[in-house]
Amino acid sequence: MEQNSTILGKIIEVSCTIKSAFKGGNLEVTLKPYVSVEEKRLADDDYEYMEQYFSLNEDLKQMLESSKDSAKLDAMKRIVGMIAKGKNASELFPAVVKNVASKNIEIKKLVYVYLMRYAEEQQDLALLSISTFQRALKDPNQLIRASALRVLSSIRVPIIVPIMMLAIKEASSDLSPYVRKNAAHAIQKLYSLDPEQKEMLIEVIEKLLKDRSTLVAGSVVMAFEEVCPDRIDLIHKNYRKLCNLLVDVEEWGQVVIIHMLTRYARTQFISPWKTDDDIVEEHSENNFYESDEEQKEKDRNVKKTYTMDPDHRLLLRNTKPLLQSRNAAVVMAVAQLYWHLAPKSEAGIVSKSLVRLLRSNREVQYIVLQNIATMSIQRKGMFEPYLKSFYVRSTDPTMIKTLKLEILTNLANEANISTLLREFQTYVKSQDKQFAAATIQAIGRCATNITEVTDTCLNGLVCLLSNRDETVVAESVVVIKKLLQTQPAHHGEIIKHMAKLLDNITVPVARASILWLIGEYCERVPKIAPDVLRKTAKSFTNEDDLVKLQILSLGAKLYLTNSKQTKLLTQYVLNLGKYDQSYDIRDRTRFIRQLIVPNEKSGALSKYAKKIFLAQKPAPLLESPFKDRDHFQLGTLSHTLNSRATGYLELSDWPDVAPDPAVRNVEVAESAKEWTAILGKTKKEKPTEKFYSESEEEEDESASTSATESESGSESEKEDKEEGSSDESSASSSSSEESSDSESDSKESIAKKASGAVKESNAEEIKRKAKGISKTRNTSSSSDTASSSSEESSSDSKSVSDSRSDSDSGKSRSATSSKKEEKTAQDRKTASKQDVFLLDLDDFHPVTTPVAVPTAAVLSPSLTADLEGLSLSGSSVIDSASSLGDLPLSQWVLTSVILLRLPVSSYARRMIISMLTFSPLSENCFCLSLCQRKTLRRSKPASLLYTCSATQGMLTGMNETSATIAVAPQNSTSLVIIEKVVKAANLGVVPSGQDNIHRFAAKTVHSGSLMLVTVELKESSTAQLIINTEKTVIGSVLLRELKPVLSQG
Amino acid sequence: MRGSLPPAEPFTFQPHPEARDIRRELPRHRGKHRQRQKMIHSLFLINCSGDIFLEKHWKSVVSQSVCDYFFEAQEKAIDVENVPPVISTPHHYLISIYRDKIFFVSVIQTEVPPLFVIEFLHRVADTFQDYFGECSETAIKDNVVIVYELLEEMLDNGFPLATESNILKELIKPPTILRSVVNSITGSSNVGDTLPTGQLSNIPWRRAGVKYTNNEAYFDVIEEIDAIIDKSGSTVFAEIQGVIDSCIKLSGMPDLSLSFMNPRLLDDVSFHPCIRFKRWESERVLSFIPPDGNFRLISYRVSSQNLVAIPVYVKHMISFKENSSSGRFDVTIGPKQNMGKTVEGVVMTVHMPKAVLNMNLTATQGSYTFDPVTKVLTWDVGKITPQKLPNLKGIVNLQSGAPKPEENPSLNIQFKIQQLAISGLKVNRLDMYGEKYKPFKGVKYITKAGKFQVRT
Repeated sequence: MEQNSTILGKIIEVSCTIKSAFKGGNLEVTLKPYVSVEEKRLADDDYEYMEQYFSLNEDLKQMLESSKDSAKLDAMKRIVGMIAKGKNASELFPAVVKNVASKNIEIKKLVYVYLMRYAEEQQDLALLSISTFQRALKDPNQLIRASALRVLSSIRVPIIVPIMMLAIKEASSDLSPYVRKNAAHAIQKLYSLDPEQKEMLIEVIEKLLKDRSTLVAGSVVMAFEEVCPDRIDLIHKNYRKLCNLLVDVEEWGQVVIIHMLTRYARTQFISPWKTDDDIVEEHSENNFYESDEEQKEKDRNVKKTYTMDPDHRLLLRNTKPLLQSRNAAVVMAVAQLYWHLAPKSEAGIVSKSLVRLLRSNREVQYIVLQNIATMSIQRKGMFEPYLKSFYVRSTDPTMIKTLKLEILTNLANEANISTLLREFQTYVKSQDKQFAAATIQAIGRCATNITEVTDTCLNGLVCLLSNRDETVVAESVVVIKKLLQTQPAHHGEIIKHMAKLLDNITVPVARASILWLIGEYCERVPKIAPDVLRKTAKSFTNEDDLVKLQILSLGAKLYLTNSKQTKLLTQYVLNLGKYDQSYDIRDRTRFIRQLIVPNEKSGALSKYAKKIFLAQKPAPLLESPFKDRDHFQLGTLSHTLNSRATGYLELSDWPDVAPDPAVRNVEVAESAKEWTAILGKTKKEKPTEKFYSESEEEEDESASTSATESESGSESEKEDKEEGSSDESSASSSSSEESSDSESDSKESIAKKASGAVKESNAEEIKRKAKGISKTRNTSSSSDTASSSSEESSSDSKSVSDSRSDSDSGKSRSATSSKKEEKTAQDRKTASKQDVFLLDLDDFHPVTTPVAVPTAAVLSPSLTADLEGLSLSGSSVIDSASSLGDLPLSQWVLTSVILLRLPVSSYARRMIISMLTFSPLSENCFCLSLCQRKTLRRSKPASLLYTCSATQGMLTGMNETSATIAVAPQNSTSLVIIEKVVKAANLGVVPSGQDNIHRFAAKTVHSGSLMLVTVELKESSTAQLIINTEKTVIGSVLLRELKPVLSQG
Repeated sequence: MRGSLPPAEPFTFQPHPEARDIRRELPRHRGKHRQRQKMIHSLFLINCSGDIFLEKHWKSVVSQSVCDYFFEAQEKAIDVENVPPVISTPHHYLISIYRDKIFFVSVIQTEVPPLFVIEFLHRVADTFQDYFGECSETAIKDNVVIVYELLEEMLDNGFPLATESNILKELIKPPTILRSVVNSITGSSNVGDTLPTGQLSNIPWRRAGVKYTNNEAYFDVIEEIDAIIDKSGSTVFAEIQGVIDSCIKLSGMPDLSLSFMNPRLLDDVSFHPCIRFKRWESERVLSFIPPDGNFRLISYRVSSQNLVAIPVYVKHMISFKENSSSGRFDVTIGPKQNMGKTVEGVVMTVHMPKAVLNMNLTATQGSYTFDPVTKVLTWDVGKITPQKLPNLKGIVNLQSGAPKPEENPSLNIQFKIQQLAISGLKVNRLDMYGEKYKPFKGVKYITKAGKFQVRT
């Protein structure tokens, strides 16, 4: 700043002197140098430079320090404008950083932009802003949390690595999938800042890979690809999930996932191509020397028919619809996946979509055509039906034209060559000479590849020799030369014709080619050849080096075959060459002279001179320039550039033996089976439960509109597992998909509607629920058969866990809590008889010892991991977890949660009790630890239910705190009350007997003493709030907390 | 084409680009371990005269000098169309697109699917177009702050974050005159402070709480004929490419299904993400919850088995005389019979050979222009009336002494036919579920010439 003001001072000084000079009258002389500098600047970039020099920065500083937001915003906008132009605005750093905590979100965003740009340069000052972000990371608004994480991780200051690590860890278990997505992005940023964090980051990646949100999937796979692409083992468990989610992932994520899965599949499955071509090969390869045993071994291999791994099939099936994507990158990704993974017979389906991309803009065309060019070399058949789509238009850019031509040449065969040649004829006449030359080469290639048309092509090319354009003629000469070389037949006429052309052609390559041809076949044109040599010898000194060399070799060849006529001429030429400026030519001259002119010094070699010079030369191979690109994975940058790009990951070869496919089996699925087994053993089915499960499905759909897809996906997954390696699984499961689809159609439409208007949907749901309850109640009294079919419950729970990803989106919040309530309500009648089952808790993941983490505001990661382990067993676990996340920040007192799932017998399907301990972080700081698993088991959690009513009786008098409160009208429904109370105090809902009484229970962490809360709704919108607990202090604190919650709206 | 542009300052003198600013290119910590950084690193916007007028970095800063490689490639190319989209430099890769006279040059450090970047850059350009009405240098310069905010939202660490225009518009409101006035008075901002609902749901393309007083749904079925007609008038190649562009202004969360009379016509279809693929597979019905506003619902290709009826024919007589500096030019355009609809908006463009100096023509209908610099002849015909066929006839002046052009130029024809889908595709009905009101529905058919070329 000081510096700046001194500069300003100087400038003022200068202008003062100018002014005085003005007065003095010696105006022109004094002003001149000054103005000219300024003029130049003005011309360069308006008057901004001047502004900047005089006052801009000072101005901006003042504006940034002003109290008005509008001034600050203005300043920030101008600064961003400077950044955008690439001008240096770093000296404003201190002034800008001050505004990082601004309330105005637009200013804030612009400050973020600034910080990301300059933090690296001004590390010390950047640290000032860190605390703001740390605070923002705990903001209740997920957008703010996410953007804080984004900016924090974008500040490339090594000192804050630990802070970033912590933030990423926390964000990775955030309840908002949007924040988790940003956490995945932050992983990559942290990794690039400090690779030593790799191990820790891999842990986070592993956790996020398990995430079922489609929002997160793409980003975390991206992080995986960047941080640990070699840790393929992390994918196993998530492979099927990724395949099934793929359709719903956003398009950019799809591209990344598809590329990753391509690599994965190449390491995990065996080649599907073997059956296509190798059988034939192996039979023909039967080696004479091979022992019989080996032979048998081989035969066995061949006989073992190839069956595709169902997971391999799953990938192919789930990516196919993406060929219809509007995003060219997705289509290309699927195309390369099919190219590298699908059986050859199936790869053809991608060609149609690729051809469609050719309608796109030129850049897309360019890349797609390149890939098609590579594909068309190996498998012509794929693109043959689309031959005409590659016809060239005169308006195409040259690079597109040449690529199309390349493909046309690759596709040429006996059947289509005549049409192609006719097409080529028009191209040859193109005004774009570069393209015309390429066409001639293409004709040459067609001629060598397809023997039927060689003569026709040759004739055509000879006609072109009379073309007016030199490049065309030159190119034709070169191609004819190559063709004649491959054609040992007599083409004396053509050579003669070309010899005549020599007078007119000036392009060196063409002249050189003609000379070479005449030399090579000089015996076929014995009369002309010496004459040509005579002519060229005359012009030798003016020729290009390339031509000179050919003149020398022509001379040498003629000397050997027809020395009588040409001896002198050759010697003349050799003499010219001897004194040429180019050492190449001098060298060659010396070499030839030694070889052909016999003298005493020349050794034995000269005897063989003729053999050396006129040996049969192998014909040049006319090959596609795309021939060598096929070792790169299609669709990659390396393929486009035809060189390894940094970070290119090689596509591995198929393994000979497939690694154990069981690694992809997901544990949760197994434990689900266990559960169903248990359920099946002890219980009988109750048909009415079907209603319930359906209603749950509907709800599921209301949260995620595409639930049909994910649902059917999970179904098919199951099916795949059941049917094992049978190849038909694909067919059957796809049919089941369809049926499930049509089944749920009607539901879907309702659900769609519901998800639109949140309020409406909730209301509807409640209604539906109410109906559901009444129904179940009716039937439950009449029938005592047990819960739904085991099959169903498992699939049901699966779909519920699918919905997990969306359950925290906020929409279904109230709905879920209502569901919970109803379930408990439903259960209450039989709750007391369920001891047998309640004891059986061994299947649960052990909840880690509840460490007291008073500082952690979010769920501790280990716990969340446990929740995830449990996620399959019950939806409510997640629901309650999500409801926790919605707590306003001020009340984030919760530290740990233990969730129990209590499988419940008879007609109740299951019951979930959330045991939640709360602790207001007030002065008392009730420490938080939670009922340990041991404790729970000893105390037989089911007893909680009795205790609810029983202990209430005991905990009266001193131990009871109660108050009558006026309940706000909107709080009078049971649904709202439960939501509010659970939100405020993290109490578990306990079923009560009556509709107007709501009970909640919890245990304190230290003493484990029970806490009961009863809300009894009375008429005229009042309610009795009773709290029973031994810990009276806590009781009264809780009462104080709950009162405003219920009385306020 | 480049020749016509004044060479801009930066590449009159070019020291080795990497050498120029090594300090800025390699920040300290990267000296230790060079990290692989995926996806888009930086973006430069360059105008036709070679000025970098905007730069944005998502990771550490890459010096502008990296663009010198691009300028080099640009100079090598004959015209802007031929600048290779992918350029390799010693430390970076440049992937560029050319849109509306602006080069979008992105800097990449490692392997990435090039189409990914290209597609994204086009999406950026589309967004600018959407926000500012045009994607031009002035529009971008005028709205540089919004552009920056957009770029910030669209990419995080080089990986696309939000590219749906419906979501972006909730995050950052597009500029309108009214809003800027309101903002300056009230001090409210253009930036939304809540996460758009779409971002989290499974229908990220639709925003919540849409309300209209008039609920309307319009579908434009636009078909383009791509054709190459050879000298004799026979069709070398013809294909119909169609799109359905929709303008949906419906309140709430409508669930639409659109069915066709003859869906089998559609051979290859690409969908907007909103369309339920399975419904299409099983029933050939387009079922979707639409985004709000304008969007492209599907694009399709009509199966190539069907013969394409070419709606116009062209009679042409173009010849250049040997050894004289003139030639004849005579073109007549006429409608083919049995179409029943008028062909309108006919425009013919011809890239004449370089040797052509000038043209003296008379048009019986419409007007023509010839640009002697680019050698482009444009004839704006208008509507074709079968009674009096439009004709353009006259003399071509050639450069004296230059050899006669080999090839006759090909004619590019544009035309439009209202109320007709040339493939015969017909929308059967549109049903709406999920909302109570009755929307106003409309379908429009247009046939246009796509890449329609007549070789002469």
